[in-house]
Amino acid sequence: MKISKEEVEKLAHLARLEFSAQEIEDMQNDMDKILGFVDKISELDLEGVEPLIYMSDERNVLRKDEVEQVISKDEALKNAPDKDTDYFRVPKVLKREED
Amino acid sequence: MKDYHKLSDIQADLNAGSINCVSLVEDYLKRIDENQDLNAFVDVYAHDARARATVIDAKIKHGTAGKLAGMVIGIKDNIVYKDHPVSAASKILDGFQSLFSATVVERLLEEDAIIIGRLNCDEFAMGSSNRFSKYGAVKNPLDKDRVAGGSSGGSAAAVSAGLCLASLGSDTGGSIRQPASFTGIYGFKPTYGRISRHGLIAFASSFDQIGPFARSAEDISTLYEVMAGPDNFDNTLSKQEVKKASEAELPKKLRIAYFKDALESEKLDPKVREESERIIKELEEQGHEVKGIDFPFLDTMVPVYYILTTAEASSNLARYDGIHFGYRSENAHDLESTYKLSRTEGFGPEVKRRILLGTFVLSSGYYDAYYGKAQKARRLVQDKTNEIFEDFDLIFSPTTPHTAFRIDQVESDPTQMYLEDIFTVHANITGCPSISLPLAKHENGLPLGMQFTAQRFKEAELLAFAQTLVHN
Repeated sequence: MKISKEEVEKLAHLARLEFSAQEIEDMQNDMDKILGFVDKISELDLEGVEPLIYMSDERNVLRKDEVEQVISKDEALKNAPDKDTDYFRVPKVLKREED
Repeated sequence: MKDYHKLSDIQADLNAGSINCVSLVEDYLKRIDENQDLNAFVDVYAHDARARATVIDAKIKHGTAGKLAGMVIGIKDNIVYKDHPVSAASKILDGFQSLFSATVVERLLEEDAIIIGRLNCDEFAMGSSNRFSKYGAVKNPLDKDRVAGGSSGGSAAAVSAGLCLASLGSDTGGSIRQPASFTGIYGFKPTYGRISRHGLIAFASSFDQIGPFARSAEDISTLYEVMAGPDNFDNTLSKQEVKKASEAELPKKLRIAYFKDALESEKLDPKVREESERIIKELEEQGHEVKGIDFPFLDTMVPVYYILTTAEASSNLARYDGIHFGYRSENAHDLESTYKLSRTEGFGPEVKRRILLGTFVLSSGYYDAYYGKAQKARRLVQDKTNEIFEDFDLIFSPTTPHTAFRIDQVESDPTQMYLEDIFTVHANITGCPSISLPLAKHENGLPLGMQFTAQRFKEAELLAFAQTLVHN
């Protein structure tokens, strides 16, 4: 199965990534090889097999629901690329028509 | 400085007064400085390490020092340490400093280990050669034209070259055991659910495990015992008691299985096969029963591994949005370009490839065909493995299909590199503990690890066995 250029572009958008035309072509080839490789699984008889989802044997690990201050606001903002004293800052989201 | 291989030797010298922690730290700092070309450390905490050494020397004098007094250790650049930078070798975490310490770091510090720096790795631990790092490739100290392995390449190179006594890495598909094999040291991945992942930067959460690198089986056990056990910050941890290797009851005659088809694989270097056969013979001479068995899932394990880990990675890495922390593109002009440009400029090509593949296997219309099937196949592999452990105590294989390859070796087919993981991924798919021991050498002069895997939560037995083997 060949992954189309459009399909790679759609996936890239879903993952919020951008690729150049050359990179998309490389990615198509890479994905093709990897997916060929992946078809191996289709050779198995998986009828009625329960999927393995949780690797832990522990179930319903409960704790008391207690409010705890783990980090301060200053700490939460410490690593932000852009911020003011109270908020994370982002480029303008809503624009007026003349903008 | 003595070339120490064990914490017990260091502690004997500390107690005898022939060295102290301050002098020990100075010696390691000097060696780190002399070996900068290896590119193993991305940050050296010289000031911190010296200050802690002074404190621990005082504790030793007063007889109040912890179990790891004298242990100088490095941590992989994906394990967080409060108020220290951490980047997962990625530009997307530029400037990031952790607000807290990983549980493993807390536990090491409580026992008076000295953390000397953070170590290079593949970006987000994705890779088998430590070439996918924003800091560049790590060189193998035993042959500087060759890779140290990956993804925990810096952790392996530093211990192999004696720049620290031990280190921490993380193992998602072999990222501790493969570099341990390539650099001639010990590397251990515990059972999934044994060591807290709190503070480990996530790659694939149902596969990732933190584990130690060391220059002796004894130190592997010591570090494992300090780090293992329940933690309020990681609910996937088992409540089962952590047994010490010294308390394990080991039968004289162990039943050891190996996968016939794997040892006969055409991809296996003939010398690697020969060395594996030599080890099998030695095990038999020691009175163990070693038997080749059929394992029908050899060809499906790496595909299962890649589907599930890329899917989990694509979700885990969604948090890097250019807003809350880390790198933001200067060209971002609205919300979408903040996400897209920051991620596109911040992630390296291998990480982007895996995110895209993960997005694909999880996308509508393909989910059942790929992700769902891989989860079912994972169940089959685990069931079959449990069945094997009804009849056997251990599974044996070489850790890697060949020795360390050249740094300039070009890979045109990404699936080719993925075969690097063929022997190691089994333990991550099934959650089993697995250790690589430096038991063999190739005729090309490079070391070759031999791997033993045990049933889940049988670390004590596995580590006790490893110690008997090395003493022999």
